[in-house]
Amino acid sequence: MVTLVNGQAVELEAIALLAPDAFQTIVADAVEAGHRVAALFGAATRQPEITQIFAVLVNAQRNRLHVVRTEVAGDRFPSLTPRCPQVHLFERELAEQFGLKPDGHPWFKPVRYHHSWTHRDAWDRPKDSPILPGVCDFYRVEGEEVHEVAVGPVHAGVIEPGHFRFQCHGEQVFHLEIALGYQHRGVEEALIGGPNARSIHYAETLAGDTTVAHTIAYCRVLEALSRCQKPARAQALRGVALELERIANHVGDLGALANDIGFLPTASYCGRIRGDFLNMTALLCGSRFGRGMVRPGGVGFDVDDARVAKLLRLIDAAEKDTSVAVNLLWETPSAMARFENIGRLPMRVALELGIVGPAARASGLPIDARSDQPSGSYRFAHIPVSTYETGDVFGRAYVRWLEIQHSITFIREQLRAIPSGSARDRIGPLMPDRLAVSIDEGWRGEVCHVAITDDQGRFSRYKIVDPSFRNWTGLAYALRNQQISDFPLCNKSFNLSYCGHDL
Amino acid sequence: MLSVLLARLQQKHRTIKYPKGSPPELPDRFRGRPSIDAAKCVTGCRACADACPTGAVTVADVVRIDMGKCLFCADCQAACPQSAITFTTDHQLAARCRSDLIVEPNRQGPPHEAALDGDLMKIFGRSLKLRQVSAGGCNACEADINVLGTVGWDLGRFGIQFVASPRHADGLLITGPVTQNMRLGLEKTLRSVAEPKIVIVSGACAISGGPYIDHAQSNNGSGKYMPVNLFIPGCPPHPLTILDGLLRLLGRI
Ligand code: SF4
Ligand code: SF4
Repeated sequence: MVTLVNGQAVELEAIALLAPDAFQTIVADAVEAGHRVAALFGAATRQPEITQIFAVLVNAQRNRLHVVRTEVAGDRFPSLTPRCPQVHLFERELAEQFGLKPDGHPWFKPVRYHHSWTHRDAWDRPKDSPILPGVCDFYRVEGEEVHEVAVGPVHAGVIEPGHFRFQCHGEQVFHLEIALGYQHRGVEEALIGGPNARSIHYAETLAGDTTVAHTIAYCRVLEALSRCQKPARAQALRGVALELERIANHVGDLGALANDIGFLPTASYCGRIRGDFLNMTALLCGSRFGRGMVRPGGVGFDVDDARVAKLLRLIDAAEKDTSVAVNLLWETPSAMARFENIGRLPMRVALELGIVGPAARASGLPIDARSDQPSGSYRFAHIPVSTYETGDVFGRAYVRWLEIQHSITFIREQLRAIPSGSARDRIGPLMPDRLAVSIDEGWRGEVCHVAITDDQGRFSRYKIVDPSFRNWTGLAYALRNQQISDFPLCNKSFNLSYCGHDL
Repeated sequence: MLSVLLARLQQKHRTIKYPKGSPPELPDRFRGRPSIDAAKCVTGCRACADACPTGAVTVADVVRIDMGKCLFCADCQAACPQSAITFTTDHQLAARCRSDLIVEPNRQGPPHEAALDGDLMKIFGRSLKLRQVSAGGCNACEADINVLGTVGWDLGRFGIQFVASPRHADGLLITGPVTQNMRLGLEKTLRSVAEPKIVIVSGACAISGGPYIDHAQSNNGSGKYMPVNLFIPGCPPHPLTILDGLLRLLGRI
């Protein structure tokens, strides 16, 4: 086991190769002791029959990351999922990419519906047959008055594709199963051999509404692998961009939640105010989504006094608008009644499933990479961790509102005391045979990137974990025993990314 | 109730006046239509083309930029030792014809003719219902399409609306590179729209594959599956670029 901090690179050699059972014991024991699995993934080796498996463990209490690895020879490995449910999807993904069968996995299905990267197929599908998304055995409840509702992939709104199956008894949902993969565009595979001219654009488009968080994670991996000290000014500007991204999305979500219960004042105001925050990001870098803002070694765009002053003015105005629009929600009992006790995700379940971000915090888990694994300006300016204990739609909404307020304070502080100096350093070539981990807190939760370099300093593996990958299962759980008509509301309260999951 | 009314007063009326009034101000760093100054180019230099992540820049006899492939990242501008490429804040980028997305040296807008002709205009000019299909990509395109529905933009006032079913739609607005896994879904949705129908593609992904050009899992956009009536470039296109394209398609600008 190797211990490192966020944004650090280690020599591959330093990560001892454990026997499979030792690997399992270490991971499972660590999780039982309160750690979380930030990533678990496979990597090809020179020998086609041997696949390495890496796990990155987060120790939130002590701001440490641990990396362990093992090797699988052949095409089977014992599944860790029965002991450690939060790795269930990681193992399915590993199986899909490398064609390995996890023996004893309780819910063994494809994740993104593509051909494996090796010649093996974990479901023994013929090599040349097309793989159709959503084609698998779905969980079924049978009996009188039980019925199934299937939705998607094309949904009714302007929204990404996915397939949902509800097992219902009347209005009551027994179980929801979510099949994704429709957005799969092969990004992880395409990153192998990089970095090249396209790599950073992949980072920017892993999930379009999380551009800043993913690009920071990507750049920090490069900076770790090339020992680049990025300037303090760049760190401050990255922090500002990341918090603007968080606020814009949170405001949009509060509006969308209001819209789903037919509370139109908040819905229409927040829809517009979200745009005001996006426009602040555009003031920084020309793009409402932060394209071009974060670049290896720093940021792509610096600010001058006039721009800072304008931003501060815009923040003040938008803060006032937001607080009036959002407080209407909390003051309206009929709106609150629709949020409370709907879509509950108990803390114990959130912990077991490895849920992250506002969804975890709304269930009472005080985890937030900005304070647990602080990097950049978060090492000096602490943002309080906003938690709530109800784990319902209201909790997830309210945590967002708390976070909006803290983020505004943070942005003001950063802009008012922005360090002088350059906003970007040069980065050198990447060190060979290293592994680097980078974690940050995107608006949906923990964004984790892990890069492994080959002997030439090129990516031999690049692993991305978007918070949605972890949290979709949380949504499925939250739907249990709810009215199916509350699905849109529950869904909105998580607001997960399809593309971030599908990669 | 009182607080709702007070909030209403505080938030004011914010729908933009455009196209009757001036369009909303774009930030100075906004990257719209590129402009190429051929006089500055040195023969043999390929710096811009080498820097481009998607092959949008070609250097043959002159430098050309294909806005259908462009991510508007300005990497080419940064790479050019001669400052021959600059990005203007011109947001009018949409075109009826794929080839009209190619920017050549020393040719500024004006935007190309984009209005529907004849019967199509008669049928769709006053009311256009679109079904949006998201076929891959990163969802930023969809996010900025959704913006047009907010009170600030109020797309509905032009008779344009997004509807839930393809059966209710006059056409599709497609985003995303058309992943293998969405191909069937897209084709079925298109088939469900009654004739005559129109197809609008929005974003680099939907036009050419965008960042995912030539991936095995992507089909480089919708072009090869269906005739396209309007191309809206950008990664993602700014809401103003989308609105401008739609309004010009309907002959409103
Ligand atoms: S701005 Fe467009 S043309 Fe220039 S490098 Fe980027 S993608 Fe290529
Ligand atoms: S065109 Fe760009 S913004 Fe639109 S979906 Fe593709 S990557 Fe995202």
